[in-house]
Amino acid sequence: MRPSTNVPKKIGSIEFALLSPTESRGLSATKVITADTYDDDGFPIEMGLMDPRLGVIEPGLRCKTCGQKVGDCPGHFGHIDLAMPVIHVGYVKTIRNCLRATCRGCGHLLLTESEKGQFRARYDQYMVEAKDTGPLSKRIVKVASTAQVCPSCGREHGTIDVDKPTTFRENQHKMTPSEVREWLEKIPDEDLPLLDMNPEVARPEWMVLTVLAVPPVTMRPSITLDSGERSEDDLTHKLVDVIRINQRLQENRDAGAPQLIVEDLWELLQYHCTTYFDNQTAGIPPARHRSGRPLKTISQRLKGKEGRFRSNLSGKRVNFSARTVISPDPNLSINEVGIPEASARELTVPVRVHLRNFEWCRAMVERGPRPEDLPGGIYQPGVNYVFRADGRRVKVTEKNREEVAERLELGSTIERQMMDGDVVLFNRQPSLHRMSMMAHKVKVMPGKTFRFNLPCCPPYNADFDGDEMNLHVLQGEEARAEAEILMKVQENILSPRFGGPIIGAIHDHISGCFLLTWKNPKIAVEEASQVFARIGFRGNMPEVHREGPDRMYVYGKDMFSCILPKGINLRFRSNACPPGISDEEAIERDYLVDIVDGELLSGAIDERAIGAFKGVLLEKIARDLGNAEAALFLDRVTKLGTGYITMRGFTTSIDDEDIPDEAQRDIATKIQRAERQIDALVESYNLWQDPAVSPKEKEERGLQALPGRSLEETLELEIMKVTAQTRDGAGETASHFLGMDNPAVIMARCGARGSMLNLSQMAGCVGQQAVRGERIHRGYQQRTLPHFKRGDLGASAKGFVASSYKTGLSPTEYFFHSMGGREGLVDTAVRTSRSGYMQRRLINALEDLKVEADNTVRNTAGTIIQFTYGEDGVDPSRSVRGTPVDLAQVFTEAEKELKRKA
Amino acid sequence: MSEEPETVQVFNVLNHELVPVHEVLDEDEAKALMARYGVKEDQLPKIQVADPAARAAGARPGDIIRVVRMSPTAGKAVAYRFVVEY
Repeated sequence: MRPSTNVPKKIGSIEFALLSPTESRGLSATKVITADTYDDDGFPIEMGLMDPRLGVIEPGLRCKTCGQKVGDCPGHFGHIDLAMPVIHVGYVKTIRNCLRATCRGCGHLLLTESEKGQFRARYDQYMVEAKDTGPLSKRIVKVASTAQVCPSCGREHGTIDVDKPTTFRENQHKMTPSEVREWLEKIPDEDLPLLDMNPEVARPEWMVLTVLAVPPVTMRPSITLDSGERSEDDLTHKLVDVIRINQRLQENRDAGAPQLIVEDLWELLQYHCTTYFDNQTAGIPPARHRSGRPLKTISQRLKGKEGRFRSNLSGKRVNFSARTVISPDPNLSINEVGIPEASARELTVPVRVHLRNFEWCRAMVERGPRPEDLPGGIYQPGVNYVFRADGRRVKVTEKNREEVAERLELGSTIERQMMDGDVVLFNRQPSLHRMSMMAHKVKVMPGKTFRFNLPCCPPYNADFDGDEMNLHVLQGEEARAEAEILMKVQENILSPRFGGPIIGAIHDHISGCFLLTWKNPKIAVEEASQVFARIGFRGNMPEVHREGPDRMYVYGKDMFSCILPKGINLRFRSNACPPGISDEEAIERDYLVDIVDGELLSGAIDERAIGAFKGVLLEKIARDLGNAEAALFLDRVTKLGTGYITMRGFTTSIDDEDIPDEAQRDIATKIQRAERQIDALVESYNLWQDPAVSPKEKEERGLQALPGRSLEETLELEIMKVTAQTRDGAGETASHFLGMDNPAVIMARCGARGSMLNLSQMAGCVGQQAVRGERIHRGYQQRTLPHFKRGDLGASAKGFVASSYKTGLSPTEYFFHSMGGREGLVDTAVRTSRSGYMQRRLINALEDLKVEADNTVRNTAGTIIQFTYGEDGVDPSRSVRGTPVDLAQVFTEAEKELKRKA
Repeated sequence: MSEEPETVQVFNVLNHELVPVHEVLDEDEAKALMARYGVKEDQLPKIQVADPAARAAGARPGDIIRVVRMSPTAGKAVAYRFVVEY
């Protein structure tokens, strides 16, 4: 083993300083004077921007300054002597503060001796306490800049303004950078600490550049295109501009050109230097490439999401990872992930060759990088690389595989292709919670997609409409062990978010189990065994009943009990159970689930029992019997559900929402009644405006405003109430005719997909459309659409959709419906970006917090943030939906135990 | 620069039902606390002397205040604050 090079170190202190012109020249390997880069033969020009002394970028060459080769030479700075000084954009604010707080005449801070003394004392105290002196300096600048005359020399102090990016004005008179520099030079060293500058490393006049450092070529390499053309880096382009203008400025000035021309060129030089540092400075147009694309200069390289910090240092591209489209596979375990063979052959796991695995490794190397499948199409892993003990890397090919296998030594490491059972991390972005990245076991299979079982959709928030996911192969034993213990899918069944299962049955699993258990259907033995066979069940068949001479059947509930672990006792109401009914009625309608010692005695299994987020049965198994048992149960229950539903058959279509004419008529009358009610409300509201009605009558018959509401608000409220009632009423009528024999209703009731509201909107009436929680008001000339009269406050004019989705919407209804729908889309778009930014800030604030062994929450500095985690020390993923203990459950179990003993 | 804690108060915030109990630890308690958590004063959460609750409790810079408050998760939760000047 090589000695570890990543020993942790502690940063003692950081010092920020300014680069002085002398230092810039000292750093420089060469002065740069020509704007050209390469000559006609393609060789770099001396004292040009690509001078060979600035570092090497072409392999094989050696650096003219340090003599090292490409990877080793870090590159060397050059410099440009500016003909005239130029303000550095990054320091405009600091320069402004310096100018405002000091005297142009003597350079001293504009403070009286006593003020200075006070601030000095405060400053010294801050230094002793190791406190940030920034805010103090801000106060000093504020005090100093209010002075009218200099307390030291009595000179009048003007107002300093900054014009757009880099122009300073004193009393509205423009100051040239030279003048600014002269002023800054006068500021005495002893005043600098009070301006938050350390005179040992920084002088204010260095913020006005006289020398521009030219970054090494390694930082701005030129690329040779396929056509043989050279393409220069954006920074090089910018530097070319600077040198050109600098030269012209120098020539013109030396030739004694008119002041105007020199000033123009000076300003142009300022512009180029400004954009060289930051090409997004407010107030000046960004410098552009020939193609019109804005140049990416120094600031743009570092800043923001795509900048060096967030994109290359905090996050990096990694090896041993893969990304492809995902698709479902109900036959995999929830802990598995299906990997296409092509990916498996590319992704590798390092294996140390030692005595006990030597033959195994040698056989694998011998197979080479493209082994043939075993008979029956069984995948076999090969080896892509061998790392010999001396550190040399050998690529295994079809040609050399036998020879490499022959020469394999103990102590080498082979990079073996992925095989079944390898541990990988599987991830879908956006990674919003820790379940977005879980460990799976590999199963290599044909095809080109990653595959996983459907219960894993909710934690990843994945569907299969083209989603792609990432996969990372773990490279070390430690990592694998850690991932298996902490990140495996089964370890994440119970979510730390709400203390319930986040992984669970969805859609057809739920419908299937519901159909299997509700009202305990009789299932022919042949069909039952077929279902059991396809789920790979190997236990005993449930009790077989006989009916007549040749009909043998089993009960659906008994079939479900077969996969329930022993020792589970639970009582709860199904999702399908209508609210507000008595226990007796619930039992009678088979909605009260009773499980005794792993036997389903009554009730229907649906979302409430096994669903993701809600499943209490699943939760109970995970909590009482462990995650492995829960994973096994989940694998079985999903297969049983899909197995049964495939055998039984299950379809839904638009005629599931057919309702008889009688119901149609009933809904129509309800809507008519509502419209009349609304008209009446509007009339009673309009009464107030009617001059023909006496005040007394207005009081009697007019709409009465609700407490705290205006008349208009009251009207809207009342109308909204009526429209909501109407939609619910229509839904009630519709659902009255849609019973539990209806597949759509079954799905809605058992929680598989859809809701009763969806159905009533399809069958009955879509209802009131709303924008910002109010009826639709937007429009010109007191109406929403030209189809209505001005000032119409009636139902249909303000977005009430009386039609159902099935009958279809009228043009005006369709328009209102689109308005409501658009609002929903905009809201989600706004919400995601806003919550995303909020989450980023939260994570940055909390990332170093950790719960210590003594239950305190501390940050890396050891500062206590919370004395007991969550104030109660409870791990939410081990809590029962937030509470540490489910007392009701404990009591019922204790009661049962007592009864059993008695 | 340290100010004397106000002795005459118009209204004692600690008597308000929404303000949790604040009490100053004596020296032994403070030592025991620091030993229990293995921390120095500056690793504790801070409270300003000027904080109305700290003033009402009569705290001086360098003291440690015990805050006992009602918690939705734990019923009663105890926290400590190190009193600082600024």
